[in-house]
Amino acid sequence: MTHDFEPQGHVVLDSSDISRALTRLAHEIVERTHGATNLTLMGIPTRGASLATRLGEKISQIQSSLVSVGAIDITMYRDDLRSRPARALLPTTIPPEGIEGRLVILVDDVLFSGRTIRAALDALSEHGRPELVQLAVLVDRGHRELPIRADYVGKNLPTSRSEKIQVNLIEHDGVDEVRIERES
Amino acid sequence: MKHLLSAADLSYEEAILVLDTAKQLAAATEHGVGKLPPLRGRTVVNLFYEDSTRTRISFEAAAKRLSADVINFSAKGSSVSKGESLKDTALTLEAMGADAVVIRHNSSGAPHRLANAGWISGGVVNAGDGTHEHPTQALLDAYTLRNHLRNGEGDLKGVNVTIVGDVLHSRVARSNVLLLNTLGAKVRLVAPPTLLPYGVEDWDCEVSYDFDASLEGSDAVMMLRVQRERMNAAYFPNAHEYSSRYGLSVTRMNRLSESAVVMHPGPMNRGMEISADVADSQRSVIVEQVANGVSVRMAVLYLILGGSESK
Amino acid sequence: MTSYVIKDVTILDGKPTDIVVKDGVIAQIGSGLTADQTVDGSGCIALPGLVDLHTHLREPGREDAETVLSGSRAAAMGGFTAVHAMANTNPVADTAGVVEQVWRLGQEAGLVDVRPVGAVTMGLEGTALAELGAMADSAAAVRVFSDDGKCVHDAALMRRALEYVKAFDGVVAQHAQEPRLTEGAQMNEGVISGKLGLAGWPAVAEEAIIARDVLLAHHVGSRLHVCHLSTAGSVEIIRWAKSRGINVTAEVTPHHLYFTDEVVESYDPIYKVNPPLRTKADVEAVRAGLADGTINIVATDHAPHPSEDKECEWTAAAFGMTGLESALSVVYETMVQTGLMNWAAVADRMSVSPAQIGRVSTQGQPIEVGSPANLVIFDPRASQEVDARKTVSASRNTPYAGRTLPGKVVATFYRGKPTVLNGELNA
Repeated sequence: MTHDFEPQGHVVLDSSDISRALTRLAHEIVERTHGATNLTLMGIPTRGASLATRLGEKISQIQSSLVSVGAIDITMYRDDLRSRPARALLPTTIPPEGIEGRLVILVDDVLFSGRTIRAALDALSEHGRPELVQLAVLVDRGHRELPIRADYVGKNLPTSRSEKIQVNLIEHDGVDEVRIERES
Repeated sequence: MKHLLSAADLSYEEAILVLDTAKQLAAATEHGVGKLPPLRGRTVVNLFYEDSTRTRISFEAAAKRLSADVINFSAKGSSVSKGESLKDTALTLEAMGADAVVIRHNSSGAPHRLANAGWISGGVVNAGDGTHEHPTQALLDAYTLRNHLRNGEGDLKGVNVTIVGDVLHSRVARSNVLLLNTLGAKVRLVAPPTLLPYGVEDWDCEVSYDFDASLEGSDAVMMLRVQRERMNAAYFPNAHEYSSRYGLSVTRMNRLSESAVVMHPGPMNRGMEISADVADSQRSVIVEQVANGVSVRMAVLYLILGGSESK
Repeated sequence: MTSYVIKDVTILDGKPTDIVVKDGVIAQIGSGLTADQTVDGSGCIALPGLVDLHTHLREPGREDAETVLSGSRAAAMGGFTAVHAMANTNPVADTAGVVEQVWRLGQEAGLVDVRPVGAVTMGLEGTALAELGAMADSAAAVRVFSDDGKCVHDAALMRRALEYVKAFDGVVAQHAQEPRLTEGAQMNEGVISGKLGLAGWPAVAEEAIIARDVLLAHHVGSRLHVCHLSTAGSVEIIRWAKSRGINVTAEVTPHHLYFTDEVVESYDPIYKVNPPLRTKADVEAVRAGLADGTINIVATDHAPHPSEDKECEWTAAAFGMTGLESALSVVYETMVQTGLMNWAAVADRMSVSPAQIGRVSTQGQPIEVGSPANLVIFDPRASQEVDARKTVSASRNTPYAGRTLPGKVVATFYRGKPTVLNGELNA
């Protein structure tokens, strides 16, 4: 999602907001998972995977131990595959310990309809049976279409359907920010 | 991607996309995922007019791993052997709702006819047509080369590939010359003059009659199957002479650089174009080519059928 | 018999005039003429009725592809008043009985002179001479002998045939194709065949036979006709032979004047033909050869096939394309519009010379008072998109389908009767 044009809309979270939100999420995760042992963070590419890496680093700092981090591509599990030409597949990385019996937290940038998470749950189940699956997102913008909710939310952003949430991360976009844009 | 008829159909970006997609699919297989869902509800027909158990099984495994329904339609014992035309077979498959047809045919251009004559609406994948092309073989060769020589990333810029043998009758060679050029590799064809196509000097590659002079500097040597019957049509005097001039022996293999790999699309004539010791050596990636074949064919089927109907 | 006046028509390259056709002959030429019926010829060209030396009418044996009647109708639509029906029928036209049958069917159709071609060898098998004399003496009065579709490749047999037909002023029309060099051949051997993986039909396979045959003809003092010459090298050999005084004539088809082998890249067997479509250099050479008279005539090699023989994969498809209805337009586009030939040359290559080679005395006559009224009126200003479904031939394998060709046959007069009038078949 690079911008060749003058960015429109306005910034709702800047770099330090994002950093603070992730730090808070890391603490919440450590607290609610009783020390983050047996924890595996599975990011949903592209930006969810980067957020999972960052979260993992923050949790490691809190706990001074390494957190298992992987990525799970959901492309082939989408329920709207037929709506567009075939999409490129993104990398899936399963950590060496696997996910069987682990406490898995799915990580994504924006929670919207919930369909991505449904697909992620299907994709995940192909790789094993975790003991528990939770969901962490940077932004929850509402408008759920499936009975799915996040366990950890960086920021709730009430939006209208005509608005677009754009999460930019340094790893991909050169800047950390969350913008709200009006769809033209 | 609507069809895959020729390696020339693939732009640089599309070729890389196929290889990258194959890489992700291969990773899923390595992770132990048995079946992937994207072609659920899609029907893939394997329409094989030539016996080719290897290629058919490879496509069948690829389609099934993507959850497609697979119908195998082979010429033997079917309406085809009773004289049904390609057109009527195609109309039948269309009526049955085939979303893609994988066709192997002994007539060059049959996949083009199937795709362009208006008989069917689905995608067509060329699984080898006559002495024309075999694009998925070229893709799996490129994938194998990329894994060995480029760490599974990017293209094949600067890689020197030497293709040796019966280029004239080889669909593998034609597709490889096209695709390897697209990916930036340098191709050299080595064969006796009788087994090179008329006009080969206009192809985008080097041509040599001298295998020994082509060994050094090759990053990969791809040996083509040579049918013994060719000697009856005076393409070469006999198997022994062919083998001594153009066969890959251990002596020749030892003159290759340390990192060079040996490839063969199979089925091999051990002792003819390749010695048994070479085929079983550490440099041989022949078994790996077979495994990569499934991943690459999964990628092709996914890109043709995994999205909306392409125009 | 109804008389016709063609008003304001241009005879070949001349000035507009009126032509009156009456009682089977050209009765008057001049201005202000009248007759029972009037045909508007303004802007049109009058040519002597076209004569095709190379037509496949398929009857007997393949009436699903064409019959003498349907082929005669297609010929009339194309401006022809005589066709030579090739011998590769089933049974083969290798006896007086078969050629008389075809001749009689032509008479019954009554739209063009149907002149049967006799086979050179029994069953076209290239081993023993057919009854050439009996066919020459039959009611069909055969003068052209050909194993077309197959080459008389045995040099000794070819020599004997060339010699034997001298007795009745016959000519052997050779399909020049060295068989061993063309086993399994599918298209011109060149860069494109290598790329498409289709077995090549090398130019040398044609040229080697032509070279041999002109030397044989020279040696035995016979006349030789070369069918559907297609390569630059063949033109060179004919040119050389003529310069040496060898009695050889040659033909080129409209499709070899029009197409190159690049169209084969579609793998559409509508372009599959024997000899195959050649390269651009060959097309330029045959055009030049036709223009300078090295190639004497245009002959259609009209080869109708039922759709199932073309709606299939390339290698399974039959060789051949229809050509009677499009021939004049194709020659107009490739030879006249390009400035290579004028209308007098067209008349020579498509009527006068083929009639002479085939020894058809009533055809190919100059347009003058007293000549048999075999005429074609062609409107060069018109153009038409070729629609395969609308062909008069019983087959649809025209390679020009979907293309626009210039000009249109407005009327054809055969022995004084209009077989085509107002661009429509009048029979």
